[in-house]
Amino acid sequence: MKNTETLEVTTPTDREIVLTRVFDAPRRLVFDAWTKPELLKRWLGAFGGWSLVVCEIDLRVGGAYRYVWRDPEGAEMGMRGVYREVVPPERLVATESFDEPWYPGEAVDTIALREDGGKTTVTTTVLYQSREARDIALKSGMEQGVAAGYDKLAELLASGMAQGDSESGA
Amino acid sequence: MRDSEHLNATFAALADQTRRAILARLARGEASVTELAKPFAISQPAISKHLRVLERAGLISRRRDAQRRPCRIEAKRLAEATGWLEGYRQFWEGSFQRLDALLDEMQTQKKHARMKRGGHR
Repeated sequence: MKNTETLEVTTPTDREIVLTRVFDAPRRLVFDAWTKPELLKRWLGAFGGWSLVVCEIDLRVGGAYRYVWRDPEGAEMGMRGVYREVVPPERLVATESFDEPWYPGEAVDTIALREDGGKTTVTTTVLYQSREARDIALKSGMEQGVAAGYDKLAELLASGMAQGDSESGA
Repeated sequence: MRDSEHLNATFAALADQTRRAILARLARGEASVTELAKPFAISQPAISKHLRVLERAGLISRRRDAQRRPCRIEAKRLAEATGWLEGYRQFWEGSFQRLDALLDEMQTQKKHARMKRGGHR
């Protein structure tokens, strides 16, 4: 059984990006997939030729993690961080910083897992140090993404692209 | 306005269902306030208010054409905002599709392991 759920990306405040996605699995499994290196290597950024070649996790408050991705030409991208909260299987808070910083400062990721009827809703909040840093992060993939023509735009808008009407800071 | 201020105005303008529906309509071509108000169960002044927000965010422009003042979509600004979101989204959508497959596999394995042990639940 394969149904692709939709990913919601919103920017409720100046410094945040929030991703919300439903997974058709109990949250214990989703939490494992998010915190066990052999499982994370199977999915995180592991597409389009990239693979997660280094994945080390010391899953405790104050413990560190380290990820390195590599593409077929040998280009590498590394990031690291430290866990601030570890509450299996419902919550993870960790810092993130890249080896070659592409946005200023360090960001803080909060991952919240809520289970309902065997499905798990994962809400990932990335809090940047400044609005500029957040905007740079959002802009990062623009080159690949911007091939969208009118039809695609209309489709996005009609499907309710940036949801979360009430809490978005106006 | 600086870039990031522009972007914030744009995101704030897009974070409303009625305004997104107005943009979706305008993506098909110019329209007047009266034409835009038709499909919505809200008054023309309310629509005008939404149009002002969209105009300030640079997402639409309004032409002086006698009394009609038709609205048109500003594709560049919109492409910029959706483009920014799209690139970020692609990384995560790609990853999450892989995660879907992995979770499926993990659940299948669990079921098989239970069957082997002869357990039911």
